[in-house]
Amino acid sequence: MDWHQLWVIISAPDNVPIVGLIPLLCFYIYLAWKQAKGNDDLIAELEADPAMAKTHHRKTWPFKPGWQKEVHVWPFLLRIEFLAAIIITIILMVWSITLNAPLEEPANPNLTMNPSKAPWYFLGLQEMLVYFDPWIAGVVMPTLIIVGLMIIPYVDTNPLGSGYYTWKQRKFAISTFLFGFIVLWISMIIIGTFIRGPGWQWFWPGQTWDHNRQIYEVNRDLPDLFGIASNAGKMIFGALVVGGYFVLGGLGVYSLFRRYMAKDFKRMSLVQFSMTQVFLLIMLALPLKMILRLAWHIKYVWITPWFNV
Amino acid sequence: MPEENGNGGANGNGGANGNGSANGNGKERVGLLQRVKAGVQADVQALKTDIPTKAKEQMDGLKDPTKTQVYTSIFRHKHDDTPRNRALGILSNVFLHLHPAKINRDAVRYSYTWGMGGITFYLFIVLTFTGALLMFYYHPTKVQAFRDVLYLEHDVPFGKLLRNMHRWAAHLMVIGVWLHMFRVFLTGSYKKPREFNWNVGVILLVLTLLLSFTGYLLPDDQLGFWAVTVGTNMARATPGLGNEGPFGPQMGMTPYNDVRFGLLGGSIVDANALLRSYIWHCIGIPIVASIFMIVHFWRVRKDGGISGPAPVMLEAEGDKPRR
Ligand code: HEM
Repeated sequence: MDWHQLWVIISAPDNVPIVGLIPLLCFYIYLAWKQAKGNDDLIAELEADPAMAKTHHRKTWPFKPGWQKEVHVWPFLLRIEFLAAIIITIILMVWSITLNAPLEEPANPNLTMNPSKAPWYFLGLQEMLVYFDPWIAGVVMPTLIIVGLMIIPYVDTNPLGSGYYTWKQRKFAISTFLFGFIVLWISMIIIGTFIRGPGWQWFWPGQTWDHNRQIYEVNRDLPDLFGIASNAGKMIFGALVVGGYFVLGGLGVYSLFRRYMAKDFKRMSLVQFSMTQVFLLIMLALPLKMILRLAWHIKYVWITPWFNV
Repeated sequence: MPEENGNGGANGNGGANGNGSANGNGKERVGLLQRVKAGVQADVQALKTDIPTKAKEQMDGLKDPTKTQVYTSIFRHKHDDTPRNRALGILSNVFLHLHPAKINRDAVRYSYTWGMGGITFYLFIVLTFTGALLMFYYHPTKVQAFRDVLYLEHDVPFGKLLRNMHRWAAHLMVIGVWLHMFRVFLTGSYKKPREFNWNVGVILLVLTLLLSFTGYLLPDDQLGFWAVTVGTNMARATPGLGNEGPFGPQMGMTPYNDVRFGLLGGSIVDANALLRSYIWHCIGIPIVASIFMIVHFWRVRKDGGISGPAPVMLEAEGDKPRR
């Protein structure tokens, strides 16, 4: 266990935000979960008792008849905002006094930094470079993330759970978002920050960074496993595999929706449903490709003269 | 009052007259002198009463500063604690009227919004302020950029603090935006009628990341140089538009005319790239982001304020139109 190495990584000034992000996320997930549970319990209670549902004010917080439904922004909101501003300023001041922003040697195109890392908030994409070609990891994926986020309000037709925390009423939406945000984005950033060392190789926390370590991995392509040698064959085979994934996966998503989310499925238009299918399958493809690489050393699935997937 | 003062002056005149006859000659001049003297004495007398009265009036006026002309010209209404005035305090202020006068009693609970949108906005203001101060010391040229940062760190009073605050506020802002998006999702706040504002938010998210990224290169050190090199190398692989991307060569892309060249103003990260990131970082993106923030806040109001905490809905009510 090389504590020094661990400390060097954790205390690197630009890594401190991520060290802070982890407990922050845990706290806010807990806060959201606590409120979701409260609301779900209330919902269950009201579902069971229609008479109560008619009169109840439907929040977990107390409300008595005669209380005003609204409060003045001044002072009740503004004081919180001013307080928040002061607290943030203090945190920022203390942080800036105790920790210096990094400044390396002057830029030198002839001296490559190793590892040369993108800013931490892009490390998820850089991590994807291990598994995908740059045009996918660097261009297609960011585009898909942005488009994917943008279509969320238009494909989520579930009218429940608008304006309050809940889990039971939005299980699918919330688990999908958590998968994308926590598993695919945050955890890749954590890997990129704390695990990846020189040569973008995997170093467990506490393992010394060895700048001379070489790993000989013989990567194969999926068509090779099936003994397909000709270029045309590889192209057709890859297209079939990728196409097959989307067709079969699409069917799978359909059968799941029809069975377990019948109400949502009924509400969705064809476009809404197919968009959901496509984006779900693309999201799921990332860990699949990672497993292919890690378990079977497979580099490409689909090889064409113009691009490889 | 003026009449009385006049009489007092006349008495004083009599006394002066006596002095004049003792001298005997120059009666005309003495007369003038006397008249001046008398006038001055009258003024002094008047002063003794005028000024204290005025001073008293002034002091009385200060006891209630809200009645002064300066005050009433600035504040357009009273501030004694009535519901009307509390509302007016918000509505008649150009900055605060972003808020409604009253809000849902539970919406002020920190546990609902986590305050993250507001904190992100505050950090943006801090960044604008510290950024403008940094601009006084920074030249976006290969010769000066790195030295300017050294100068800031070692010679400019509070320069190091300034740079640190700008850097850490930027990181906090990225975290703030993510957490804000996370809570907006978890509260289902993107649902009708807030779909559009969610999209404005997504654009703000992208702009926030781009602001951070363009700033990264500016110190012109190894860290920024290689991060931007790694980042823009990906642009090389843009399908159709990058010289190494799928169908790029077929579209006639070379290292000297593809998107990466356009982003960097050259085929390597050099002086032009520095200037370009500087302009995007200090002028282009902040202006665009400000415009989108204005729209974002406007839409929060127009969409009916914060989405909740709303009364919970039951399964059976899902298919009925709401409100
Ligand atoms: C520069 C970045 C941003 C700033 C300064 C900002 C600011 C704010 C503020 C002050 C609010 C009021 C409620 C609150 O504080 O939670 C708000 C609400 C909202 N924001 Fe943002 N935001 C930003 C980015 C985003 C992003 C990335 C998204 C989503 C992708 C988003 C979506 C929304 C939505 C849908 C609302 C309405 C929420 C509700 O009614 O409960 N915003 N934003």
